[in-house]
Amino acid sequence: MAHQAGVSSDADDSGRVSLMNDPKARGLFFQGLLIIAVIAMVYMGISNAIANLARAGIASGFGFFGDRAGFDIGQTIIPYTNDSNYLQAFYVGLVNTLVVAVIGIFFATIIGFIVGLARLSKNYLVQKFATVYVETLRNIPLLLQLLFWYKAVLSILPSPREAARETGVEVAFSINNRGLYLPRVIPEDGSSLIFYALVIAIAAWFFIGRWAKKRQMATGRQFPVFLTGLGLLIALPLLAFLVTGMPLSLEYASLQGFNMVGGWIVQPEFMALLLGLALYTASFIAEIVRAGILAVSHGQTEAAFALGIRPNLTSRLVIVPQAMRVIIPPLTSQFLNLTKNSSLAVAIGYPDLVSVTGTVLNQTGQAVEVISITMLVYLTLSLLTSAFMNWFNSSVALVER
Amino acid sequence: MDNTTNSIAYVRTQESPATAPPVSTGGVGGWLKENLFATPRDTVLTILTFLFLVWIIPPIVDWAFISAVWTGESREDCIVPGAGACWAFVEAKFGQFMYGRYPLEERWRVDLSGLLLILGLVPIAIPSVPYKRENALYLLFVFPVLAFILLTGQFGLRPVETALWGGLLVTLVVAIVGIVVSFPLGILLALGRRSEMPIVKMFCVIFIEFWRGVPLITVLFMSSVMLPLFLPDGVSFDKLLRALIGVALFASAYMAEVIRGGLQAIPKGQYEAANAMALTFWQGTRLVTMPQALKLVIPGIVNTFIGLFKDTSLVLIIGLFDLLGIVQQNMNDPNWISPQTPATGFVFAAFVFFIFCFGMSRYSAYMERRLDTGHKR
Amino acid sequence: MNKKILSAVVGVAAVAGMGATGASAATLDDVKAKGFVQCGVSTGLAGFSAPNDAGDWSGLDVDLCRGVAAAVFGDATAVKYSPLSAKERFTALQSGEVDVLSRNTTWTMSRDTQLGLNFAGVNYYDGQGFMVRKSLGVNSALQLSGASVCVQTGTTTELNLTDYFKANDMTYNPVVFEKLEEVNAAYDANRCDVYTTDQSGLYSIRLGLSAPDEHMVLPEVISKEPLGPAVRQGDDQWFSVVKWVHFAMLNAEELGITSANADEMLESTDPNIMRLLGKEGAFGEAIGVSNDWAYQVIKQVGNYGEVFERNVGASTPLAIDRGVNALWSKGGFQYAPPIR
Repeated sequence: MAHQAGVSSDADDSGRVSLMNDPKARGLFFQGLLIIAVIAMVYMGISNAIANLARAGIASGFGFFGDRAGFDIGQTIIPYTNDSNYLQAFYVGLVNTLVVAVIGIFFATIIGFIVGLARLSKNYLVQKFATVYVETLRNIPLLLQLLFWYKAVLSILPSPREAARETGVEVAFSINNRGLYLPRVIPEDGSSLIFYALVIAIAAWFFIGRWAKKRQMATGRQFPVFLTGLGLLIALPLLAFLVTGMPLSLEYASLQGFNMVGGWIVQPEFMALLLGLALYTASFIAEIVRAGILAVSHGQTEAAFALGIRPNLTSRLVIVPQAMRVIIPPLTSQFLNLTKNSSLAVAIGYPDLVSVTGTVLNQTGQAVEVISITMLVYLTLSLLTSAFMNWFNSSVALVER
Repeated sequence: MDNTTNSIAYVRTQESPATAPPVSTGGVGGWLKENLFATPRDTVLTILTFLFLVWIIPPIVDWAFISAVWTGESREDCIVPGAGACWAFVEAKFGQFMYGRYPLEERWRVDLSGLLLILGLVPIAIPSVPYKRENALYLLFVFPVLAFILLTGQFGLRPVETALWGGLLVTLVVAIVGIVVSFPLGILLALGRRSEMPIVKMFCVIFIEFWRGVPLITVLFMSSVMLPLFLPDGVSFDKLLRALIGVALFASAYMAEVIRGGLQAIPKGQYEAANAMALTFWQGTRLVTMPQALKLVIPGIVNTFIGLFKDTSLVLIIGLFDLLGIVQQNMNDPNWISPQTPATGFVFAAFVFFIFCFGMSRYSAYMERRLDTGHKR
Repeated sequence: MNKKILSAVVGVAAVAGMGATGASAATLDDVKAKGFVQCGVSTGLAGFSAPNDAGDWSGLDVDLCRGVAAAVFGDATAVKYSPLSAKERFTALQSGEVDVLSRNTTWTMSRDTQLGLNFAGVNYYDGQGFMVRKSLGVNSALQLSGASVCVQTGTTTELNLTDYFKANDMTYNPVVFEKLEEVNAAYDANRCDVYTTDQSGLYSIRLGLSAPDEHMVLPEVISKEPLGPAVRQGDDQWFSVVKWVHFAMLNAEELGITSANADEMLESTDPNIMRLLGKEGAFGEAIGVSNDWAYQVIKQVGNYGEVFERNVGASTPLAIDRGVNALWSKGGFQYAPPIR
């Protein structure tokens, strides 16, 4: 209809169309309408909320953040007691979420790559096993898996009394249904040097890697970067440890009363959550890895073999770098999914962000503020992760002419 | 040296009989060698996997079948030492797992709705059956209305409040409403995101990225705890409806991205051709670009649906009793509590979810292969 | 395009209509108009509010809602129940989703003042206690230092727990869950040494454990937990209805009126009974219901003693002693102002 009107008016008055049929004017009109509709909706929502809160006499605002929380949290990585305020409780939840997300991403990626490669294996048994793993875990809701793992972890592990048997005896390692107990490293004076040595080792690894790549590009000679790096990573902090006179001591766990006391504790909730998240996400990553490797044309492998490159090096230098370009974008969204899925922790009692803010919500009753803040944090995490992965993706992207 | 090799005149006139393959490549032994013991590393992997399977499979089989309790009246039957899965629990609670607390005498309405759904779903899933458009309209518009009337009880049927719904019924209602609502909404959002109107585009981008950036569970908390505060005085939503709104908005954002992928995959020439034919934007979208885009992303839509179907289990966190929720609730029934009840319940729920999701993912893979021949650039 | 917008608007309106229920300032009028009382209950706590397999609710808290329905409509069945988690319960009441929240909720000052609630009375005096496995060999809460404690989030319980351990200079490791069923399951799986909640709850929960006899409730009561029904602030008439339904049940017990003898008692010449049963005065009209309101409550639901015995008393599996919940005249705390 725009066309017909346009034609006739073209003929009549030198290119002027009626306002109704001018795409620009129409666009402006609809956008104006949209703005008005959205503003009206937001205004209605907010005014309703204000009216409802005022009518019910509910306090509002973020002032509650400074109040004493008064509740304890099971796993606190940053200092927190029940005398801390709500804001600190909130940070504890955030840190717990980040910890489980980062460790979960680490394991999910490793398992995912292994399973993805296993699905392409020529070994019949391995390949079938990987297929069953992927198909089963992908098609069962994560929440169900988490509940299952939590139940499984709790029912398989013994109680601390059964596990330790003797009261007061220090053990280096214990796993029972109250958690995994490991010795805790307690730094003493001068131990900061060890930390610096670790940082230097990591930096050295990075620079040796760059240098080795440059040299290989120039001369074709390879350098054992991984072994050197690993050596540095172990040797430098060890050297620092010995030189400064061993300023670290270990604290062991021992059974006292009901539970193991001391040491470094990994809660069963954390174990179940990590297990569930990593295994579930790994099944998706495996499919992504498989698709990525299949996307690299077979000619590439043949070309590499024709050049006399050995199979192992072919995967490392030819196939994987090309597959990575296909793998990374969907991998990013899996990382994001894992981070968001970590919020299911609330069902198995791991004190993540959603769980802790849930408690805050209950104690303060300020639903709007608490839920908005929680959503905002996840949104920020998502945007930051995608920004980082976009940057990483562009750095490995094919440079096209 | 034989003189035949030197003579170029020698041409063989008959085919030589094929020699049997070496013993090491034929038969069972050959298959084993090729597929399981090709290299030393393979051999090690095979042995390790085999040992793992031997370690894990017999106890599972024993638990699920051999030592399982198949019939029984109460926990007493499942609490015997050495008992495996307590299938008697599933048997006793099967009605609840499927319908929740839906009144016994009204359950035919649920069954009828299910039948109506299957009647629409089967023909649309088989590519060779005609009347796809009418079929889709039935599924998107007619079926939801019929199911709504049947399930809630309108027009003289006995009303059944949603608080009584539960089990697989709620799982399917949440998933289907999510997909039916998110489909048109997703199309609009996808078009909006590709629009040249900056404000429309901005709103769509913000909407999509917001819902994709937050976990579903916070969305559900928002709709169950916060939404009531944003409604005018005197209006309040049913608990199930609130969850449905949250799920639908969440699913629309994901659907929009899938459909946008389809729109981007269509050659620009198609858009230009539609313009050249003097079709308006909506005509062009409806007749030229959208059908092609949707056809391309059928696997993506099915995958979104699988994800949504699995995500419905989250509604148990806000106190709705979907399949997983009702299984979990019944595990605490004092009449059935036993060491094996939780595992049995979880395995049953997992099995039901698996059947649905695996079925859909096979279908999606099938469609992917079918569509692979067409429009790929 | 316009058609689309129109149909969208119609659709949204239809959806809104589907679940919309009234909840303006005059709750009593709304309740009368819609024909039932919307009652917020727990997701399942035996003896207080729990559904059976057929979805019929029963319990002490449920009977209060039934009493309100009997007073308003003369029909104790005119109640619809909304199972609410600890997290949802206050918003559900604030937003008008439920008319009365009768969900073993502790009356505290901050809830009374900051959350916009009005507590209509105390239908169960409770206190927080601890449950442990007998095999631990513990017989006092003061021996619990270092224990893992299972607790439900969003309750006063969680805060009392912290305070108690702090005051007694003990340490503990909290294991916190959102839903009651999850806490129960974790405790039953031996994730924690101790389960803490209101003592009545502990008895109820113990019944649902796989081996109830292996657990014991410790004698210490570490807090005051007056549990009662709550309504929204700013609606005095509805507040009065709920408050006086509770008091009527208490007065009935004091005067010896039961559901069995309510009809005979109509003939009584005791002015106290005559006033309660609506034979004298117009007390019902004063709160906006019919004058035989209390008769209907007692006839259909019973007096407080009957309700207590039926749901949590000695004859039930919970077997809770009347204790402090006995009438004031029998050494308890339950005391209702007179109807006069």
